[in-house]
Amino acid sequence: MTRLALENVACFRGGRLLFEDLNLALEPGEGMLVTGANGVGKSSLLRIAAGLLAPVAGRVMREGGVALAAEASALDEDRTLFAALAFWARLDGGDDEAVAMALAAIGLAPLAQVPVRLLSTGQRRRATLARVIASGAGIWLLDEPASGLDAASLNELAAAMAGHLAAGGVILAASHQPLGLAMREFGL
Amino acid sequence: MSPFARLVRRDLARAVAHGGAWLPLIFYLLVATLFPFAIGPDAALLGKVGSGALWTAALLAALLPVERLVRPDIASGVLDQLVIRGHSDENVAAAKLAAHWLSFGPPLMVATLPAAALLNLDGPTLTRLEIGLLLGTPGLAALGLAVAALTAGLRAAGALIGLVMLPLAVPLLIFGADAGTGALKLLAATSLLFVAGAPFVAGAALRAGRS
Repeated sequence: MTRLALENVACFRGGRLLFEDLNLALEPGEGMLVTGANGVGKSSLLRIAAGLLAPVAGRVMREGGVALAAEASALDEDRTLFAALAFWARLDGGDDEAVAMALAAIGLAPLAQVPVRLLSTGQRRRATLARVIASGAGIWLLDEPASGLDAASLNELAAAMAGHLAAGGVILAASHQPLGLAMREFGL
Repeated sequence: MSPFARLVRRDLARAVAHGGAWLPLIFYLLVATLFPFAIGPDAALLGKVGSGALWTAALLAALLPVERLVRPDIASGVLDQLVIRGHSDENVAAAKLAAHWLSFGPPLMVATLPAAALLNLDGPTLTRLEIGLLLGTPGLAALGLAVAALTAGLRAAGALIGLVMLPLAVPLLIFGADAGTGALKLLAATSLLFVAGAPFVAGAALRAGRS
């Protein structure tokens, strides 16, 4: 079972208290969209949920693997898109097939043999999402997944997210744009 | 293949692709070539100072790849992704240490063969030097990794790396260039200390850099 819960979490960064007493719980198949102005702490919230930042108060409970799509793609620039994704997929215990399916799901299959450094901003964003899809992790943490995406890619993103939720996964996304998917909103 | 071996292989491939493996090698050979020009063609003198000169060259060559050991992986989010997957910072640092040594220790030992010829080192001195490098380069790699992790968050880390790393490497230089038999044991001990400590120092630095 995949679950994510934050209890009374507080975040203190750069001499400022970004938020405190934050509670949220996601059951299997549930998604949540975190909204709020720039700098309000959406990315920090996702990093806390991922376990990269320790909250100054409260606790985080995760059941299931975690995949984070943040601003940095974490793909090696000089390798081909397929090889860069395969590195992570193998670390996650997956195989080439998982990578191929993820690339197809997000519409990047024709670019599989292109070096990562040649990808455009939007393609890079989709490559990051492909890494999340290929990970097979239950908990998806998506930081601005729709930024830089064209209309067709937005549809593919929505379809991938809907598929993940239907399979019992959990999604916590932070975005300024609508993601084309009915999810609970959480104003920060 | 285990995750640790995958990390080592990735870092090794990156070192070869980005010059991290070749630059120190070329630099080392270049210094070995410069020395006879600076000191003059006195074969006896060159043979006497050659071992120490090559150790100094190895030390300086070890500085070159340090700036690119850790910082690019922090910037690209690779270290974040590894932490999310449950790899400890110490484990990642140990993999980086292994890859870093493989990319510059053995090549340096091979390059010592032509370098020794340039400096007119005799057989026993060359053997002694190779054994010393085999024992000492892991310590140099460990120092490089620890310093790379400690300075990864700084803007102008390049100059600082030399200032932090070279004084710490002095014991390796002293025991490595000394011809006595006890020196090799002390070299091995110093190197072992650095290799054992570096993953923890680097791991703590990486963790502190994230908050």
